[in-house]
Amino acid sequence: MLYFSVPLGKFVRRVSRLRGGGSALPGLVVEKIDPGFMQRTLATLPLGVAVVSGTNGKTTTTKMVVELLESQGLKVFTNRTGSNFTRGVAAALLGEVDWRGRLDADIAVLELDEAHAVHFVNKVPPRYCLLLNVLRDQLDRFGEIDKTADLLQHIASKTTGTVVLNREDPRVARIAATLATPAVGGPEVRYFGLDDSLLSTFPNDDDMRSAPGSPVPDAPAKPNADVVLRRVGPADADFDYDGATVSTPMKLRGVYNIFNAAAALTLARAIAAVRGTATDHAGLLTALGNVAPAFGRGESLVVDGLPLDLVLVKNPSGFRLGLKSFPAAGYATMIAINDNYADGRDMSWLWDVEFDTLREGGVDQLTGSRAYDMALRLQYDDVAIGAVDTEIAPALAAFIRGAKDRPKRIFCTYTAMLAIRRELSKITTVEVVS
Amino acid sequence: MTPETGPQHELSHGHELPPEEPAAPSKGTIRVLQLYPRDMNIYGDWGNALVLAQRLRWHGYTPELLEYNVGDDFPANVDLIVGGGGQDSGQLVIQDDLLSRETVLRELAEDGTPMLVICGLYQLFGKFFRTRTGSVIPGIGILDVETNGTDERLIGNVSVSTPEFGTVLGYENHSGQTTLGPGVEPLGTTAKGTGNNSGGGHEGARYRNIVASYLHGSLLPKNPALADFLIKTAVERKYGSFTPGTPDDRYAVLAREHAARRPR
Repeated sequence: MLYFSVPLGKFVRRVSRLRGGGSALPGLVVEKIDPGFMQRTLATLPLGVAVVSGTNGKTTTTKMVVELLESQGLKVFTNRTGSNFTRGVAAALLGEVDWRGRLDADIAVLELDEAHAVHFVNKVPPRYCLLLNVLRDQLDRFGEIDKTADLLQHIASKTTGTVVLNREDPRVARIAATLATPAVGGPEVRYFGLDDSLLSTFPNDDDMRSAPGSPVPDAPAKPNADVVLRRVGPADADFDYDGATVSTPMKLRGVYNIFNAAAALTLARAIAAVRGTATDHAGLLTALGNVAPAFGRGESLVVDGLPLDLVLVKNPSGFRLGLKSFPAAGYATMIAINDNYADGRDMSWLWDVEFDTLREGGVDQLTGSRAYDMALRLQYDDVAIGAVDTEIAPALAAFIRGAKDRPKRIFCTYTAMLAIRRELSKITTVEVVS
Repeated sequence: MTPETGPQHELSHGHELPPEEPAAPSKGTIRVLQLYPRDMNIYGDWGNALVLAQRLRWHGYTPELLEYNVGDDFPANVDLIVGGGGQDSGQLVIQDDLLSRETVLRELAEDGTPMLVICGLYQLFGKFFRTRTGSVIPGIGILDVETNGTDERLIGNVSVSTPEFGTVLGYENHSGQTTLGPGVEPLGTTAKGTGNNSGGGHEGARYRNIVASYLHGSLLPKNPALADFLIKTAVERKYGSFTPGTPDDRYAVLAREHAARRPR
């Protein structure tokens, strides 16, 4: 079976590529005929498996971890195709193993969706995990925030080496208390954190409702973080680690992306530290500064010689951060809200975002299957609306035509972003800046 | 109750009303109380409070937005109450406090105060919530309804035909199934979606001027008839009569049209 399943899976992978089909089918085939394929292959990696999970920022953070580790000379396997579930990992493995099923890598860094990660870690206990955040996202899929936190806890409980936690997200930070201590075989816990001065830019779903003047409910003493994001400038950032503050230019934009860079750095430092060779700290820092956002996760393009920013929004906290990180002044603004499964079907989340920052300039164009839900939301925040068209292609064309002389920004849900990128490449020459 | 510990009964969380536009003299002030906005706010419940406040303005009245959280003093002279859904942890936090407020809430309800209770507070305004494991969480019993936790999660777009408010549109996401007793009427019958329970074909509950529902989305923005019922009732109780303004409901009409076409 062993010598038969890999060639067969690779064959299916080729055929399904030719058909332009889904990336998971070959994974399904190899899973059916050789259920042990994934475990067996990943078990051969000298540094094991690192899992990245959480609600927001998995893809960009995983990309950062990979690039940081590569700066240390490590060979990294990752699920780049965005198939962030078990079958997708098996499919990605098929693309990388040789015909005898051997994977030429030191470590696997895998982005896993919270729910699928639970199945994955039951099959393959990771050596490392990085848990980013628990935010209100697609509640129609997981039910409730606390349940999502339970999923992350399960990932941490299966981790054998180091668990990296977001110190500033109470639902993630409190996972530490549920783990066995290293003395009795539990994992080491490391945190990444934020300077107090940046905390206010990161509302979590609880803080969104907490009273400005009211006492903070008995916040436990904060543990020391391995890496702290100290300051974010227009094109650079300061990080604290090893007792010093280090400044670096950053290609990434948006405070939340750069906080995820602190997360990636914490995990990469933990992995680098267990190797026999010394960590190349300068190399890590250079790689960090050079990381660009992952495809479709917020990027800056040039259209008609002026910038066009795509900002992915998928939950209230993310939308609030997006509005805060990218001031509206001087920009033409479009908002694209779809309600497909990958976007979240329930529109309630739009009512937990404040749009007062758009009041001065208004919104030029609304689009997406729920464009009128968005229009209604803006009306109740007294934000002026230009045009509304549920069809994305004509709305985008009208937006670009109407704002020829201004830089543009589009806030969009996931499937709206995919549609917009597709349309942009048709109607204009798109140059990706970062 | 604990003594007063700080500024209370004011809009004091991350959300703010847009600034008031200078307009004609106010026809009166309506005090809108949000129940437990700190712990029961999971499904855009701010949207309901915002819609009530803004529509009051558009009708020519002045909204005064208050909130009541665990341990606060209960404000006097409340004209309209709105309360939302929480996850299990939020419900645990408010449970005892809500029971301690049963008397005042019952008096207000029996007196005809308009109230909107969504999801979690709908359940806790009923007699009890029995969890899947059999433990019973007592409610305040203002509504003659009982809720049983199940393993089945009812999720998706909902359309309800109601005798009072026309078609009500929203989104449900609950695993508790609610059975209505003879003391309440359903809000309406479900044309799409499940509603109160998987067998009944009805959604929500009506009792005096209470509207109880599982629907969010948020509920009031896309159902202005329901919002205006609550407002009209509050104004009539306080001032004897209600003279409506002319809110611009273009976007509400279009949002309803498009929402109604979306799949379950």
